[in-house]
Amino acid sequence: MKRLMKNTIACAVSAAASMTAFTAFADTEITVATVNNGHMIEMQKLTPAFEEANPGIKVKWVTLEENVLRQNVTQDIANKSGLYDVMTIGMYEAPIWGQRGWLQAVNTSGDYDANDILPSIRDGLSYDGTMYAAPFYGESSMVMYRKDLVKEAGMEINDRDSWEHIRDVAAAVNDPSKGIYGICLRGKAGWGDNMALVTTIANSFGARWFDEEWKPQLESAEWTNAVNFYVDLLSKYGPPGSSSNSFNESLALFNEGKCGMWIDATIAASFVTDPKQSKVADQVGFAQSPISVTEKGANWLWAWSLGIPAATKNADAAQKFVRWATSKEYIELVGETNGWAAVPTGTRASTYANPKFQEAAVFAEAELKAINSANPNDSTLKPSPYVGVQFAAIPEFQAIGTTTGQMISGSLAGSMTVEEALKSANKSADRQMRRARYY
Amino acid sequence: MTLNQQRKLKTFITGLFAWTIALILFFPIFWMFITSFKTELQAISIPPSLFFEPTLDNYSEVQERSDYVHHAINSIITSFGSTILALIIAVPAAFSMAFAPGKRTKDVLLWMLSTKMLPAVGVLVPIYMICRDYGLLDSKTALVIIFTLMNLPIVVWMLFSYFKDLPKEILEAARMDGATPWDEVVKVVLPLSMGAISSTALLSIVLCWNESFWSLTLTASDAAPLTAMIASYSSPEGLFWAKLSAASTLACAPIVVFGWFCQKQLVQGLTFGAVK
Repeated sequence: MKRLMKNTIACAVSAAASMTAFTAFADTEITVATVNNGHMIEMQKLTPAFEEANPGIKVKWVTLEENVLRQNVTQDIANKSGLYDVMTIGMYEAPIWGQRGWLQAVNTSGDYDANDILPSIRDGLSYDGTMYAAPFYGESSMVMYRKDLVKEAGMEINDRDSWEHIRDVAAAVNDPSKGIYGICLRGKAGWGDNMALVTTIANSFGARWFDEEWKPQLESAEWTNAVNFYVDLLSKYGPPGSSSNSFNESLALFNEGKCGMWIDATIAASFVTDPKQSKVADQVGFAQSPISVTEKGANWLWAWSLGIPAATKNADAAQKFVRWATSKEYIELVGETNGWAAVPTGTRASTYANPKFQEAAVFAEAELKAINSANPNDSTLKPSPYVGVQFAAIPEFQAIGTTTGQMISGSLAGSMTVEEALKSANKSADRQMRRARYY
Repeated sequence: MTLNQQRKLKTFITGLFAWTIALILFFPIFWMFITSFKTELQAISIPPSLFFEPTLDNYSEVQERSDYVHHAINSIITSFGSTILALIIAVPAAFSMAFAPGKRTKDVLLWMLSTKMLPAVGVLVPIYMICRDYGLLDSKTALVIIFTLMNLPIVVWMLFSYFKDLPKEILEAARMDGATPWDEVVKVVLPLSMGAISSTALLSIVLCWNESFWSLTLTASDAAPLTAMIASYSSPEGLFWAKLSAASTLACAPIVVFGWFCQKQLVQGLTFGAVK
């Protein structure tokens, strides 16, 4: 009996010891929420390299559709639910959430080399000088055009052409009978869809979302001229059903050889020049976004970035992961593993200085020029109180931008005039701003 | 035209109409299926191509990127679990309302149905907060409870419609033989209603299997069902239709096969009147 007792106690002690040992070396599991973009998927595939370098940290991935991601991460961070340890956010959310204390500052100390991050991108992700999200890939907007069609039409496209010249090229190239449309642009309603492009057009026409007293300016002559120009251009020389086209629809049309020009995110350059995806890969030229009365805010600035919610219980592991995924070493790893044309761009100066990248990416120079020329702190001709090129970084903007996008998409579809659309959007924006007690 | 010819023509027209409707309903599934064998470029080509060299790349990509079995198990547990729970609650509820109706039975039934008229997003915040406070976020338990509550009105209504058509004399006869209310349910009503219960259960399983709003909102990775897996293939920047179609085909396959095997019960149940 004594022996049995002894054995039982010994077993219990050894079990407890092994449990303690297990707890001490238990894995820290971090959950990363992201969108289904090519670069993010590559990061997912390369995660074993991070886990190998950081034994004891396991990474779980949650990939969501963009709107669902926005809804879920906002819910998670605002309610301090702690579902996610790292979340993919954009340039719109980072400063707002950072200001509210919802995000942890990114640890940029040591060998992270934060000074290598492109200044405009770093500024856009910071609040009060502190970076609240680390850029994974960044983008601006630029003109992508068919060199063969433009040449055939006897026209030319250069950096910073006027919008009027772009309209003339679109008219010359447009040939619907052959299934070729002069220009493809976003028309689908949404603050991140049509309004991203329309805001850059409006900026270049001298418009601004709000005056210095935060009063909406959508009924101004500048906005009216810009939106009238956009609607007229796309109605005459755009593909049918443009009011429901966004990035992917335009990408499909361009890759099919149906667009003479496409003005959209610089990230598209890697898709339209990839022969596996594009029928016109060898015929694509690039130019800086067109302008009207000013260059200010004529091309947008965005960065898909990794942020760490303040409520995470695995802050150290999350910081390690974010530093790894947004480091120079990660870009090097992607370049060596998948080829230099596939690296996440728009974040670090060292990427553009790399000869291997310069050789692999024909769009590198145009992309860097576009990103460097965008300044979220000075994007309008007249003074404005907000930060952001294609958005105003205030919480109310999502609703205001989307409502305005719906009105403009409606006028593109022919359901109302531009003047009616802007009047209605301005009224709605005014209501929102009053409710939020801006004035 | 003879009477026989008229009858044949009528049958032909009815058949043609039924086939047309069936093909229209089936077309999106067919298109999803063939798109899953295309390349991304073929998937977006205009005009769409019907003849192409099929590829299994999309399926291997889905297998590589997603833990299909994990998501499928979550779908099975949540849809079957919530259906069983809903039936456990609904059978006695429908029985009592059908065989011992009170003054307010109709009102109760209408009230139950009215809960289906509330848009789900209307209760999103309170349900999310409850789940957070009880540690139920990203858990299958939360989904089972929500799915049960979501389908309970439909399950009660379907069973009630069937039970109320059962002849009361059968129950009276059972009572004469000394059956307790429990015996009446278990030994009389349930055996008579297996068809209706099966079809109600099938409908509930299908509804749970396809549910995406709560699945996407309340789960992250551990409890994410197949609908969450499909959603992960939609991309804001990049072509995704072929891979999305492959993921959707894989997600639909189990429930389509299951429905195929159970179609007799399903049709019988959906067209039930009680005693035939």
